[in-house]
Amino acid sequence: MSSAEGEYLHVVTADHVSEQRRRTGRLLIWGSASLLGAVILAQILNHYEFADLGFSNWRPTLYAYLFWATCLCISQILLHGERGKRTLFILPAVLFVVSMVVFPLIFAVGIAFSNWNLSSPDGRQFNGLENLRQMWVDDFYWNALKNMVWYTLAIAVEYAIAFGLALLLNAQIRARKFFRIAFLMPLMLSPVAVSWMIGKSMLEIRFGPVARLARQLGWDTPSFFGSPEIARLTIMVMDAWTFIPFMMIMILAGLQAIPKELHEAAEVDGAPAWKRFWEITFPLMLPVSVTAILIRIIFKLKLADIIINVTAGGPGGATDSVTSFIFREYRDRSNVGYGTLLAIFYLVLIVIALTVLMKLAERWMKPRY
Amino acid sequence: MPAQIFHDSDADRAFRAGWASRRIVIYGILLIWAVICLFPIYWTITTSFKAAPDVMKGNLIPWVDFVPKWLGLRSLGLSPETITAESTVRDEFLKRFWNSAIVSVGSSSIAVILGSCAAYGLSRFSFRFGFMKNSDISFFFLSQLILPPVVLALPFLVLYKELALLDSRVGLIALYSLTVLPIVIWIMRDQFGSIPVELEEAALVDGQSIWGAFLTIVLPIALPGMVAAFIISLVLTWNEYFFAALLTSSHAKTLPVMVASQTGSQGIAWWSMAALSLAAILPLIIIGIILERFIIKGMAAGAVK
Repeated sequence: MSSAEGEYLHVVTADHVSEQRRRTGRLLIWGSASLLGAVILAQILNHYEFADLGFSNWRPTLYAYLFWATCLCISQILLHGERGKRTLFILPAVLFVVSMVVFPLIFAVGIAFSNWNLSSPDGRQFNGLENLRQMWVDDFYWNALKNMVWYTLAIAVEYAIAFGLALLLNAQIRARKFFRIAFLMPLMLSPVAVSWMIGKSMLEIRFGPVARLARQLGWDTPSFFGSPEIARLTIMVMDAWTFIPFMMIMILAGLQAIPKELHEAAEVDGAPAWKRFWEITFPLMLPVSVTAILIRIIFKLKLADIIINVTAGGPGGATDSVTSFIFREYRDRSNVGYGTLLAIFYLVLIVIALTVLMKLAERWMKPRY
Repeated sequence: MPAQIFHDSDADRAFRAGWASRRIVIYGILLIWAVICLFPIYWTITTSFKAAPDVMKGNLIPWVDFVPKWLGLRSLGLSPETITAESTVRDEFLKRFWNSAIVSVGSSSIAVILGSCAAYGLSRFSFRFGFMKNSDISFFFLSQLILPPVVLALPFLVLYKELALLDSRVGLIALYSLTVLPIVIWIMRDQFGSIPVELEEAALVDGQSIWGAFLTIVLPIALPGMVAAFIISLVLTWNEYFFAALLTSSHAKTLPVMVASQTGSQGIAWWSMAALSLAAILPLIIIGIILERFIIKGMAAGAVK
């Protein structure tokens, strides 16, 4: 992904911090850290029933952590003066993300190698690589992964449609604002509402308007979720319907940034419209296209809401995405351990695939002249 | 009457005909796509006013095909004759609506505040935390976008259970802020990058502190970007279903979860489902129509350099 590194602001400040102030700062950090440590220790003792301190949950640890984080931020100013004030711009966000992502991820790795049924009283049991072995023979999971590949490939078609619509919106047309708002609408709608609006009512086999239209067009027994291929296609179409506006708008922004002179010059030289598109517009749009497709892939990999609500993975797991599969896996068996392992395996696959893809895109986008 | 001297040449006339037919094709495609985009919304609105026979006959146009009735709104307790009466459905619905509103506005605000500060810091100062330089920190933030929600969902389920945050709005707000933070940083970094550094330099020379310059000079200029980031966050968090379905049960349940839980049970009471879906999408439709400019601006950020 591209970086927007502008000019840095260079500030020269006399950072004179007195020894007294520095000591207060250190005291604040270490004081609150030891408080946090003490609370955690007390809670652990309580948890393993060495001492009954009357904690019913881990909230005190959370509060102690928040207190420590606040002290850490304040002491930045005490310790480093002006430089501390600058650090304060990013420190809260960093702390927030680290505590919300990195910590749960480490926790997740721990859960992934255990058998943990939330509804059973046994609690968590470490079971080593048992989950991994189970995953290896879980055909439904591999099937879901295979479906994700299909879903991702559908982005190519979405991209073509989005590009076409962006070209039309960029042409000399009237009521451009109306069309822009109308085309944007699907993106604003909640996927759950869309599942009902389209998946459950418009595609209803007997009364749905789409089924009616299909019958008039000669498909006598329309069924949108009957056979695996058609069901998968229907899900793809519904997801595309929601997300085409997103790609369209990114491409439209790119189109509007192309200087008009280029087209005029080509037109004067007598290049036909088709050629103008392939030789000028498309190459100039490559960077924007790659960004749009990458972001779209990232969003596609999270696809779940529509599937959970329309088909619940059916028929026979043909429409399952990884997320919807894990969701059902948890709903049906409430096994946290196995679900987490599947999710982490998925994450690893995604990271590898996207890294390769980004490297390829980088190489592909490098100017060749 | 003198004879006409100058005529359009044949080539010019052909051009005109070609131009006209091209116009027709362009507008034809645009209109067809507009219908594809808007028809589901239209269908939902009309269905919420249809009785069962109207649905089965496939009547489409109100007052011509069928007589609109207040069925959908009545089922939510919001039609003119039920709005004053006691209604448990309405209370339930309003509670979910209110939950959704609080959670989405709260998390978007947090994300915009944290994200703006971080994006400003990253676009103005060079940091060094150990091996992490500015580009690494940016990447660290943006890479959160890749993380699929399902990876975090189950650990959070267990963590929240231990922290007694399960089924609470605070828990959802924290989690939603996390999911939209990378998007906010992406948009705001773009926004701050387009503001010249000289502005703050002037303010610093005038004796402003760095936070003073940020709050009084840079933020007002960056306001459109913040609005864009806020609205896009709002759209994503209002519509979020996955986490809400896993982490809430009775108290903090949001509107999408309510819609989803009704799809199965309601059976053929189409008007009621239509009214509920409509209520779930209406706020964003209105925002989309009024603030379309900002949404497009936000999504175009990063597309054009």
